[in-house]
Amino acid sequence: MSSACAALCRRCRWLLSPKSSTRLYNVQVQRSMKVDQSARVGNGFSSRGNHTATLTGLSWKRQTSYHHDFTTKYLTTEAKESTDELSRTDATENKPALMPAVDAFTLGKSKKSPDDLDADDECSALEEISEEEAFGISIPPSIPPASTSLQQYVDKSETLTKLVQLGVSLWKLERRPNVGSMLLKLDFNRDVAPRLLFLKEIGVEDSRLGYIISHNPFILSENLENLQARVNYLKSRKFSSETVASMVSRAPYLLNFSVKRLDNRLGFYQQQLKLSSANTRNIVARLPRLLCGSLEPVKENLKVCEMELGFKENEIQHMVVAVPKVLTANKKKLTQIFDFLHNTMKVPHYLITKFPQVLNTKFLRLKERHLFLEYLGKAQYDPNLPGYVSLDRLVSLPDETFCGELASATLEDFYLFQKTL
Amino acid sequence: MGSPAVRMFHRLEGLFCVYKPAGVHWKLVRDTIETNLLKGVNATPARPLPHEVRFLPSPNKDREVAGGLALRAASVPVLSKHPLVTGPEFQHIKVGVGHRLDVSSSGVLVLAVGNGNRTMRDLYRTRTTRDYSLQCEFGMATQDFTDTGRVVERSTYGHITREKMERVIAMLEGANQKALRMYSSVDMSSQEAYELAAKGLLGPDGKSVPILTGLRCVHFQPPNFTLEVQCLNETQKYLRKVVHEMGLELRSTAVCKGVRRTRDGPFTLQHALTRHHWTAADVAQAMQQHRWKKRSKGRCGTVTDKAVAQTPGETLAASQEDEANREATIAELQCR
Repeated sequence: MSSACAALCRRCRWLLSPKSSTRLYNVQVQRSMKVDQSARVGNGFSSRGNHTATLTGLSWKRQTSYHHDFTTKYLTTEAKESTDELSRTDATENKPALMPAVDAFTLGKSKKSPDDLDADDECSALEEISEEEAFGISIPPSIPPASTSLQQYVDKSETLTKLVQLGVSLWKLERRPNVGSMLLKLDFNRDVAPRLLFLKEIGVEDSRLGYIISHNPFILSENLENLQARVNYLKSRKFSSETVASMVSRAPYLLNFSVKRLDNRLGFYQQQLKLSSANTRNIVARLPRLLCGSLEPVKENLKVCEMELGFKENEIQHMVVAVPKVLTANKKKLTQIFDFLHNTMKVPHYLITKFPQVLNTKFLRLKERHLFLEYLGKAQYDPNLPGYVSLDRLVSLPDETFCGELASATLEDFYLFQKTL
Repeated sequence: MGSPAVRMFHRLEGLFCVYKPAGVHWKLVRDTIETNLLKGVNATPARPLPHEVRFLPSPNKDREVAGGLALRAASVPVLSKHPLVTGPEFQHIKVGVGHRLDVSSSGVLVLAVGNGNRTMRDLYRTRTTRDYSLQCEFGMATQDFTDTGRVVERSTYGHITREKMERVIAMLEGANQKALRMYSSVDMSSQEAYELAAKGLLGPDGKSVPILTGLRCVHFQPPNFTLEVQCLNETQKYLRKVVHEMGLELRSTAVCKGVRRTRDGPFTLQHALTRHHWTAADVAQAMQQHRWKKRSKGRCGTVTDKAVAQTPGETLAASQEDEANREATIAELQCR
């Protein structure tokens, strides 16, 4: 066994010589584990039996040439250890009879390329080397020191493996600056596991953990006491545990903000909109990202509703409680929809307040449906007159139901009409 | 290669047309289509992960192996090939746009995917014309020739009759035919020019000024009227300017309320996909239909690629047919 090992490592030494293909330096020991040196030797011994059967992920192309690759892949890091045996045995050039059948296969292959062996006379694989020289052979590391992608590290790092099993999109995270390095530096048992357990304790579903980390990887580097303090603060504001869990699931950045900031935001919504605490809790529970983003766009939206669109304060309150998304909507789209509703469709303010979801729809949808009804003579939005079409049904019904019930036409007619606009 | 996503992508290579709604930038349309095609292609089932043999520490501590630590071989999946680590197979699809439409216009917009871009380039190198339907109104003139621009002048239009309109149209057509002959690269006094003109193949090759090969008034009810135009090398702004100039010729003013492209080369309104059909499956079906049509047209040998520049008479007949179709559908809708 040891002599076989010696012969193999001699071949490996030849293959590691400068004249050989550079590919071998790139052929890394993909399967080396983070175990001690002694285990690595054990690796080499038990792996030899398997090398013909295994195909690695990265070596699809390489395995067609250089059949010795298989053994050297296992032995590049073991070269150092295997040469220990070399010094102990009487290594001779060829001992085919003593080799197991498996090694005869590889030896035979090496004999088939005698020109390569003859080519380098300085470092032949069959020459004996001293122990010092053997120790001096530099072994390339199995993982690159720097890379733009986490692909090379995922199989080696326990943290990354467990994150992929949780469902975290590493390909999206590695694009963000510094996130990849941060994830690699984390230790699973010390950093990641306690925080995941904390999230589970507050009631977050297992299936959502992947989503949360994909959107907010910094939760894994947040201090546990701070996280606990923020959850306690929310509970002190009379948010139930299930509400807190659902808020954290839907707004992954929520627990990264300090208690002061959360308090500031809740106070703003309560005072500015003059809502009761129950209503504030309601809108924040339904749209938790209100607590995460900046307050400037919300203030601008409120000003737009008041001045440009001409809504009164109680109307704005009612609309916000019914559809909180109005606070974070795009101002241009909001004004465009309102302009079409009020000036083209001639819908008065009180009807828009009654159906605020109409401000949340896509403009094209509203326009096409209104023009279709107008063409058919059915565009009647006054509740006092016959043939009334309510705004919420106009925008929220799916296409077939809209065509069938409101317009009394077929879907194909609707599509044909769209092509005449 | 082999994966189902790549096979789906090959099925999605070709030409098709969509109906661009007014008020939407053409780039948004192109991006939406690209996103939907990517969704369709990446939704195909992923390849199973390759496995490799690794030596994991064995929990069984009894076994004594030289070296100390016990190991067992296990076949584990290679996570570096997992889609969550590498990303989806397709992250970008080349979708090209044919002749562009500006924001306030609507109509047929031809798009090409993957290898279809080359086909589209070749198609446009041969002379193709486009059909437009212009909704116009007498009585005002604006800064940008549309009805939403800043009003520059208002005028009466009571004196305009259909006859005067036809006279102005004839004058414009004559001027455009002259431009057509001038910008073609043949000498006007040669036999070659006569033969090309007889077949209707006379015209500019490549870039030139916008030329209207056909102009017709289909609906006249002052102040509103509708024009049908066939043109080459045009922009939508030029067409609105033509309407403005027509108003001036009639001693009044006119603006263009809507520009709608009804045909771009061989693609007509009939083939255009509306917004609800911008999915990968519908796009693949539209491409297939276009390919069949091209194949059957080639077999019958009716219209070759070169003879697409038609004479005004032929274009009038084609547009009359289109108009009849549209009127039929509108009548159908009204009956219900």
